[in-house]
Amino acid sequence: MGVRVINDKCKGCTKCVKSCPFDAITMVNRLAVIGSACTGCGVCVEACPFDAIEKTEGQESKIDIRDYKGVWVFAEQREGRLMPVVTELLGEGRKLAAEIGTELCAVLCGDKVEDLVEELYTYGADKVYLADHPELKNYRTDAYTKVIYEAITEYRPEIILLGATHIGRDLGPCLAVRCGTGLTADCTKLEIDPEDKKIKQTRPAFGGNLMATIVCPNHRPQMSTVRPGVMEKAKQEPGRKGECIKLPVEFKENEIRTKVVEIVKKATEMASLTEAEVIVSGGRGLGTPEGFELLKQLAEKLGGTVASSRACVDSGWIDHSYQVGQTGTTVKPRIYIACGISGAIQHLAGMQSSDYIIAINKNENAPIFEVADYGIVGDLYQVIPAIMEELDNIADKNKI
Amino acid sequence: MEIGMKVLVCVKQVPDTNEVKIDPVKGTLIREGVPSILNPDDANALEAALALKDKDPSIHISVITMGPPQASVMLRECLSMGADAAYLLSDRAFGGADTCATSTTLAAGIKKIGDVDIIFAGRQAIDGDTAQVGPQTAQRLDIPVITYVQDVQVNGDAVTVQRQLEDGYEVIEVKTPCLLTAVKELNEPRYMSIYNIVDAYKKDITVWTHKDVGLSPEECGLSASPTQVWRSFTPPTKGKGEMLKGTVKEMAAEVVAKLKEKHAI
Ligand SMILES: Cc1cc2nc3c(=O)[nH]c(=O)nc-3n(C[C@H](O)[C@H](O)[C@H](O)COP(=O)(O)OP(=O)(O)OC[C@H]3O[C@@H](n4cnc5c(N)ncnc54)[C@H](O)[C@@H]3O)c2cc1C
Ligand SMILES: Nc1ncnc2c1ncn2[C@@H]1O[C@H](COP(=O)(O)O)[C@@H](O)[C@H]1O
Repeated sequence: MGVRVINDKCKGCTKCVKSCPFDAITMVNRLAVIGSACTGCGVCVEACPFDAIEKTEGQESKIDIRDYKGVWVFAEQREGRLMPVVTELLGEGRKLAAEIGTELCAVLCGDKVEDLVEELYTYGADKVYLADHPELKNYRTDAYTKVIYEAITEYRPEIILLGATHIGRDLGPCLAVRCGTGLTADCTKLEIDPEDKKIKQTRPAFGGNLMATIVCPNHRPQMSTVRPGVMEKAKQEPGRKGECIKLPVEFKENEIRTKVVEIVKKATEMASLTEAEVIVSGGRGLGTPEGFELLKQLAEKLGGTVASSRACVDSGWIDHSYQVGQTGTTVKPRIYIACGISGAIQHLAGMQSSDYIIAINKNENAPIFEVADYGIVGDLYQVIPAIMEELDNIADKNKI
Repeated sequence: MEIGMKVLVCVKQVPDTNEVKIDPVKGTLIREGVPSILNPDDANALEAALALKDKDPSIHISVITMGPPQASVMLRECLSMGADAAYLLSDRAFGGADTCATSTTLAAGIKKIGDVDIIFAGRQAIDGDTAQVGPQTAQRLDIPVITYVQDVQVNGDAVTVQRQLEDGYEVIEVKTPCLLTAVKELNEPRYMSIYNIVDAYKKDITVWTHKDVGLSPEECGLSASPTQVWRSFTPPTKGKGEMLKGTVKEMAAEVVAKLKEKHAI
């Protein structure tokens, strides 16, 4: 799909030029000309008051897409444990599979990870494709790409979902090129088109300023990486069974071109932000790294955990693993308390879908208030202690 | 001087998404006055190459981009930071490329440059945020790729990197040629130097079309892109909630009452 200007209808009003998110339209002799930055997104089609821009159809399919069946989920494991995003993918994958009327499968690579197969069944996998081999113990691009690519050519899935983790975002692009298909990165919403049963993948672009819905009409499999923490987890059904299909694994010498010498874990535990029910998050408004101590106290009282904006991470006040947002973690706790955070779009992108947002900020015009359920204009160093005092009062009352 | 290792950096010109604003009435993106910049991660990628050259001046650094003619402004900036040569892949046929098609074109350009030892790319570009073009280009060139690189040591043809993970990092060894994608933590990009700015204007920017890199128009741009943007829209905003009033104590009490209502405590 692309867009085309119908020159007879174009009045040279420049509305399309201003509407284009990619700066791709210029005016030449009072006619709109679509430039090479065009992605065919169609914003200009809507913007044109004279219907002078139309969508054009894309290329025809070279493969028979009907040969491809089933929804696959990449069951990413580290150290023999499934990543939390896998149950999210299985939850979402189940919905998609049901709408298409197809099966849900998981593809699992690792070394001695057979016990995870049962776990995948209980989270809804009808089939598990298992590649178990010492060389697959730790993720390596070449090894995982080869094994999964071969499985794709053999079993032809219609849809493949991977978590948009540091591993999924490495594997996904390599697989897509091998398969000659498209990949939509970091999706936050997936839907099946009721008419043609194809997948519509929605994702943020421009730092969250714009959402784009992407389709992959003529190539298979349709592939997406999915942002962790966004989809609903599959419910576990103990005792649920499925079918395991063992994949052949064989590597020639020098076929795996990288060597993992060491895996170093940070001293601090990975902040389990995606799991937290209550998050108390701090921004540059804390003024000093010590400010996080105050937030920790509040978080403890609420049974939650602390998080941060990027400004604090950049200032070295707190580790990157605590960062919420576009380039950090996406969270959706029941309660998100934003303290001294301005609410830049990149931050909002990671916390906007929290159930309840409470914002504390000195500046009444801070954009964070635009998404907050409850806003408090004030100094966090006064407000937070007051909240804690109030919490203690209640706790005391309950004791009596 | 004898030319040593050849290093290539993939760079992209992007709108500064920090400056992008939404028209509150129409709900559309305001692009006017938004500056175009060198993609932040690509500045880290270029810095990694320049740091290698600081230690070994025989290293030759090329930068390559696929983009419209005005991307040459960014290439000049790269030359002013210290790159030796710049390539611009610019052609109407390249337009509308998704990551799949972009990587085809970049790989074709890189093959034409030839004999590259290390390719650096940014982890992701802030317009699309896909982080796909780096690994996909490596696949097409059939060379190993390591993404999320936060540290790099080069010793002859042996490259040792730290690959960032969510909760730590891996130490990975690889041999050249290879492609590495840079994260922000890798380094602190330098500024253009006055000396280099003057020099940069003496250097030519090589401009190639699809013919120059041996691709047919069907292999480029929109027609070679499996994914298509079906629709784009500005994200619905959640809508402002309630602003609490009163003294700090009153507001605190009210928040706690609300929390209690939500069974948070
Ligand atoms: C490519 C890219 C990716 C990014 N990704 C992310 C991301 O993932 N996550 C992220 O968070 N950011 C991200 N950013 C950065 C983002 O644009 C903002 O710069 C950042 O979120 C700002 O952090 P902040 O709100 O803590 O700081 P500021 O914007 O400086 O805001 C501080 C706020 O604190 C208030 N304040 C000051 N003192 C007090 C006080 N005593 N009591 C109460 N309030 C007080 C001020 O009024 C102000 O509103 C990204 C940027 C780019 C370019
Ligand atoms: N048009 C392009 N020209 C040159 N390099 C690019 C281009 N698009 C992407 N890249 C490189 O690939 C990286 C990842 O981009 P993306 O996949 O768009 O997030 C960028 O940081 C660049 O290094």
